[in-house]
Amino acid sequence: MSEIIQQPPHHVKLPEGSIGKQTTTLNLGPTHPATHGVFQNILEVDGERIVFAEQTVGYIHRAFEKIAERRPLYQITPLTDRLNYCSSPINNMGWHMTCEKLLGVQTPKRVDYLRIIIMELARIADHLICNSIVGVDSGAFSGFLYVMQYRELIYEIYEEICGSRLTTNIGRIGGFERNFTPAAFQKLERFLDEYPGVLKEFIGLFERNRIFMERTIGGGAISAERALNYGFTGPNLRATGVDYDVRVTSPYCSYEDVEFDIPVGSTGDNYDRWQVRNEEMWQSLRIIQQAYDKVKAFTGAEAEVYHADVPEYYLPPKKDVYTKMEALIWHFKIIMGEIDMPAGEVYHSVEGANGELGFYLISDGGRTPYRLHFRRPCFIYYQAYSELTTGSMISDAVITMSSLNLIAGEMDA
Amino acid sequence: MELTPEYLQSRLTEKFGDDLRSAETTYGMFSFEVPAALNLKVLQFLYDDPALQFRFLTDLCAVHYPDQKGRELAVVYHLHNLRKNVRIRMKIFVDILQPDVYTATALFSSANWQERETYDFYGINFVGHPKLKRILNVEEMDYFPLRKEYPLEDQTRIDKDDEMFGRG
Repeated sequence: MSEIIQQPPHHVKLPEGSIGKQTTTLNLGPTHPATHGVFQNILEVDGERIVFAEQTVGYIHRAFEKIAERRPLYQITPLTDRLNYCSSPINNMGWHMTCEKLLGVQTPKRVDYLRIIIMELARIADHLICNSIVGVDSGAFSGFLYVMQYRELIYEIYEEICGSRLTTNIGRIGGFERNFTPAAFQKLERFLDEYPGVLKEFIGLFERNRIFMERTIGGGAISAERALNYGFTGPNLRATGVDYDVRVTSPYCSYEDVEFDIPVGSTGDNYDRWQVRNEEMWQSLRIIQQAYDKVKAFTGAEAEVYHADVPEYYLPPKKDVYTKMEALIWHFKIIMGEIDMPAGEVYHSVEGANGELGFYLISDGGRTPYRLHFRRPCFIYYQAYSELTTGSMISDAVITMSSLNLIAGEMDA
Repeated sequence: MELTPEYLQSRLTEKFGDDLRSAETTYGMFSFEVPAALNLKVLQFLYDDPALQFRFLTDLCAVHYPDQKGRELAVVYHLHNLRKNVRIRMKIFVDILQPDVYTATALFSSANWQERETYDFYGINFVGHPKLKRILNVEEMDYFPLRKEYPLEDQTRIDKDDEMFGRG
C-alpha cells in the first residue's frame, strides 16, 4: 500500500492537511447491486483503473461446521443446502455419499442414475445463472430473462421429487425419500426436449457478439500454473486448460457408466470460463439423457427401487411405523439421532457446479460428527480475485466476479 | 511408479525415518503424521520429489482433541497428485498453549485464506503468514470458536427471557 500513497506532482495544489493521496478508495459492496451477493471489495482506484483490491468475506458466516458437531447426520443435509444454494442438490448428494462412504452403504444402480440426473440438472441450473449473469454484467439482460424460465422448469422437477425448490434437502442417506413421480419424468422429458434449442439460442445471443467478446476476452485471465497454485477447481480451472474433473478422475455415483467429455479452455479469461460452462451444459444434457435411458431400462421390481436397504439410517415407510414394532423403533432412533456411527475419517469430494466440493468428516464413534469440514471451492479460489483484477477497470472487475461464479453462502459457510 | 500406500510409506520413511508416524490407509486414503516442526520440509519434499509431485493443496483445516495433552490441536493437509490422481492426508499436532506452525503460503497460494480460516477458528499461529488475521469472524472476537471448550447452546435451557425473542 505504501507505494500508492505518494507525494502529488508540484503543480497540484492540495488543500492544507491533505494526505496527498493520488488514488481513491472505493468500497465495492457489501450490498452493491453489481456484486450479486454479499461481497465487499475495498478497491484502491486510479481513475477507473484498479491498483489494489482487497476482499472482505464472512458477512453471512453461519458457523455450519460448529452446528454440525451437534447434529445427527441426516440433520446436516439442510446445512449443505445453504452452501452453494444455486445447486443445492449437488451439495446434498455429496453429503449423502460422504455418509455412505463412512457407513459402508452400497446404493443400488437405479439410485445412482437418479442422483446423476438430479446433480446434472443442478449443474445446468447453476451454470445457467452464472453465464446469464455474465451477460447481464456486460450489458445484455435479455438472455438472463430468457433462460430463467428453464431454471424454473428445473426447480419444478426438484419440487416434484422433494417438495422444495431452492434449499432442496433432496434425498436421504441410501437413496431418495420417495420414488420419482410420473410427473417428474414428464417434466424431465420436456426439459430434455426444449432446453437444447434454448441453450443454442442463448449461446447465439452472446458467442460472436462483438460487445460481449470485447468485454470478456482477456479480462480476469489466469494461467494454469497460477490457477493450480491458487487451488482452482471446476470450470474455472478447466478454462485455463487443465482437464481436472472429479467425476472422471475419482468417479462416484456410477459416473463411470456414462459417456461425456471434459471441455477445456486455454486462456483462463472470462470468455473461456463462459464457454467452458456452456459446453458443460451440453455435456450435462448428454449425461442426463444417458442416465434417463438407463433408468428407463430397469424392469420389474428393480424399476421401483429408490433407496438402499439400510434400516439404521433410512426412515421406514410411515405406514409401517404405525403398524410394526421394528419400524417404529427405527423411526424413533433415527429421528432422535440415537444411532452410533462407526469411528473413522473420511474425505469425499464431488464435482460441484463451481469446483471440487469436499467433505472431511471425522467420527469418534458417537452420534454426531466429531468434526466436519467443508472444502468450499469458491472460498479457496476467491483469493485470486485481487490478482485477477489488479490493473483492470472497475467494470471489468464486476464481470470477473460474476464469471468466477462466487456464491456468498458457500464462501462464508 | 505407482503411488501405492506401501510405496509412499517406504519413500517417506527413507527420507524422514522415525519422524513419519501412524501411517495408515483409511477409506482409501493414505494418511500419516509428522512432527509439527517438519511440516514445511515434508510438504516441500512431497511437492518437489519427481516421483511424488503432490502439488495441489486440496484442503487445510484443524481439529481440536482436548484430551490429548500437549498435542491438542491437529492441522490436517489434504494433498493431491493430479497427474496420478492420488490423494494423501498429512497431519501435524501442536500444543494448544503454543500453537505455532510454519505457514505453507510460500508453496501454495491457496493456503493463505485457509490458514487464516484455521487461525480464526482454532487459533493456530501460522508463523510467517503474510497477513494472519481473522477472516470469517469479526476482528474484535477474542476466542477461537471451533475449539471444543465452547459448546453450542443447550437447546433445552430455560433461563432465557422469552420476551427478548418475541415470545411470551
